Amino acid sequence: MTVSPFPRLPLGSAIEDLVTWISTNLGWLLDGITDVLTALTNTFQSILSSIPPPVLILFVAIISFALKFRGRSQKKSQYKRFLESIDLPILCVAGLFLIWDLDLWDHSMETLALVIVSTIVSLVIGIPIGIFASHSDRFNQIIRIFLDFMQTMPSFVYLIPAVIFFGLGNVPGVIATVVFAMPPTIRLTNLGIRQIPKELIEVSDAFGATMVQKLIKVELPVALPTIMAGVNQCIMLALSMTVIASMIGAGGLGYQVLYGIQRVDIGSGFEAGLAIVIIAIILDRLSQNLIPVRELKQS
Amino acid sequence: MNIPSLIQNDQGSIIEVRNLTKIFGPRPQKTLSHLQRGCSVKEIREKTGHIVALQNISFSVQKGEIFVLMGLSGCGKSTLLRCLNRLIEPTAGEILLDGEDLVTASADQMKSIRRKRMSMVFQSFALLPHRNILDNIAFGLEIQGIPYEERVQEAKKSLDLVGLSGYEYSYPDQLSGGMQQRVGLARALASSPDILLMDEAFSALDPIIRRDMQNELLDIQDRLEKTIIFVSHDLDEALKLGSRIALMKAGEIIQVGSPEEILTKPKNEFVERFVEDVDLSRVLTAKDVMKVPDPMIHVTSGPHVALRMMKEAGISTLFVVGKNRELKGIITADDALRAGKEGLPLQDIVIPDVVSIHHDTPVSEIIPVIAESRFPLAVINEEKKLKGVIVRGSVLAALGRSGGSV
Repeated sequence: MTVSPFPRLPLGSAIEDLVTWISTNLGWLLDGITDVLTALTNTFQSILSSIPPPVLILFVAIISFALKFRGRSQKKSQYKRFLESIDLPILCVAGLFLIWDLDLWDHSMETLALVIVSTIVSLVIGIPIGIFASHSDRFNQIIRIFLDFMQTMPSFVYLIPAVIFFGLGNVPGVIATVVFAMPPTIRLTNLGIRQIPKELIEVSDAFGATMVQKLIKVELPVALPTIMAGVNQCIMLALSMTVIASMIGAGGLGYQVLYGIQRVDIGSGFEAGLAIVIIAIILDRLSQNLIPVRELKQS
Repeated sequence: MNIPSLIQNDQGSIIEVRNLTKIFGPRPQKTLSHLQRGCSVKEIREKTGHIVALQNISFSVQKGEIFVLMGLSGCGKSTLLRCLNRLIEPTAGEILLDGEDLVTASADQMKSIRRKRMSMVFQSFALLPHRNILDNIAFGLEIQGIPYEERVQEAKKSLDLVGLSGYEYSYPDQLSGGMQQRVGLARALASSPDILLMDEAFSALDPIIRRDMQNELLDIQDRLEKTIIFVSHDLDEALKLGSRIALMKAGEIIQVGSPEEILTKPKNEFVERFVEDVDLSRVLTAKDVMKVPDPMIHVTSGPHVALRMMKEAGISTLFVVGKNRELKGIITADDALRAGKEGLPLQDIVIPDVVSIHHDTPVSEIIPVIAESRFPLAVINEEKKLKGVIVRGSVLAALGRSGGSV
């Protein structure tokens, strides 16, 4: 074993001290966060599970059709637009019906609630940070270190402090998911605003816009396609965290997969895994069709 | 068409720029003191890494004129334009808008000036891709907080002005480049500013569309009489649009003058070189190349007088005029000789359908006409009064003297 001749930096114990300090001194804050997230998760879960499966399936089918139909070029005939849009509702109905049939509906709704809450938290925190990073080069440099950290640090490492701070259950699951899923939101919001052609920014200045007007009327709308790509990535990463989050007590499909692994029950593990894939595909397609894309035409 | 550059008095100036300097870099004020102590721009760049983009610029813009800032790329013309509405902060100097200094104006004052008094047209059109045409045009009004109904009304008027009615609900990516820039112009006009800043507004357009847009701009300018400050690297464009032109080089103004002055009295070798390639046939008009119509003969005169005049001048044709020098036609020496023998009056041998052109016709349009014509061309004004004559030789002579005095 190689031993360095230099005195060892007490990095590990420093982190431990920090974690202990936070849990003893910032308990009120941690409790507050726990309460809010618990309330949010429970609300979404009870709403979703109170809707009868056929109603929700029909609702998703209509929404998916409407979103895709709107996104098709208006130059095409209605019939052609209809044909091009019908595949998505069929996919959604078939997928959701399969989940219902496999008796994974309730678990799926719990996972969906966790994903929705994680995504909302990620966006509420991530988009403002992204906006700020796009306006300040120094802040952007600092935040980039943290983003690299959040994305590459193995997620198992921050499961432990999450448990220490928030106990077991859905809340530390949401926190761990937010840490993992938020970076693309920040990065793509930042990128989207930075990529806006300089003259478009000059337009808002030259017409005397205030900072807020510039942000709301020019920067955010023009960057929206890129920001939405970040939202899409955020949702996908949140779903991919469900299994890992179930290791610290988050419920839903992730727990079913974990259960299957622990029991070497290949069948139930595969079924739950497939349900996650189905939900991922549906959420991906829906979020991609959320805004009609208008390409910026450059001469 | 434009307000002639001859009418210039200080009362008419709307913008006056005095000793404007712009230095790019981390410590512009310190560099400014180097500059004032007489360091050269090159020294400053090599020693401190600062770039002197504009150096001691002074000029004034008259109300209602099209003032063209012209120069090669990198000469600072776009920087200068952006200093005028402080999209770029000037390092030193004064910009007086109706006597009020913009350089020291507060952010709020500047905001209000940008909203109400000056607007801008951009090279790349810079339309907001997520807004339809009407909402793009209404953008400036929206920023001012004008209610929806009212700003849509104004936007429609503005759209009509640039001839794009019917495209209200299209999106920018559905329009051609020329149409997009019309929208850009309409947007700038919608808030009815006094001053339009146009940054290479037509440079991204095809030559034919560009010419159309230039004519359209002149047309709109005729109707609305805005003050336009137009940045261009194209001398032909500058000469066509400009009431006056400021020729820039390396952050300094080399010469300010009317198009004719720039062409005919270049201040130094740089201006001379700049203008030597210009297509003079587009710039010069009939009145620049015509000769005084001497001799000419009155219609009541006789054929013998006509022959004598032709002989003295050494020419074989003669223009015939009536009262007030109104053009009647032309006579040839052969006809005059015949008339003299047969005792006919001058009236009987006049060829009335002589080719005549207006004195504002550009030489480029005269050349094909004169190539076809057997006779010299008559140059007339609106009242058909004979102002001059053009023979082939005088056109060639004028074009041959490129950049020289015509």
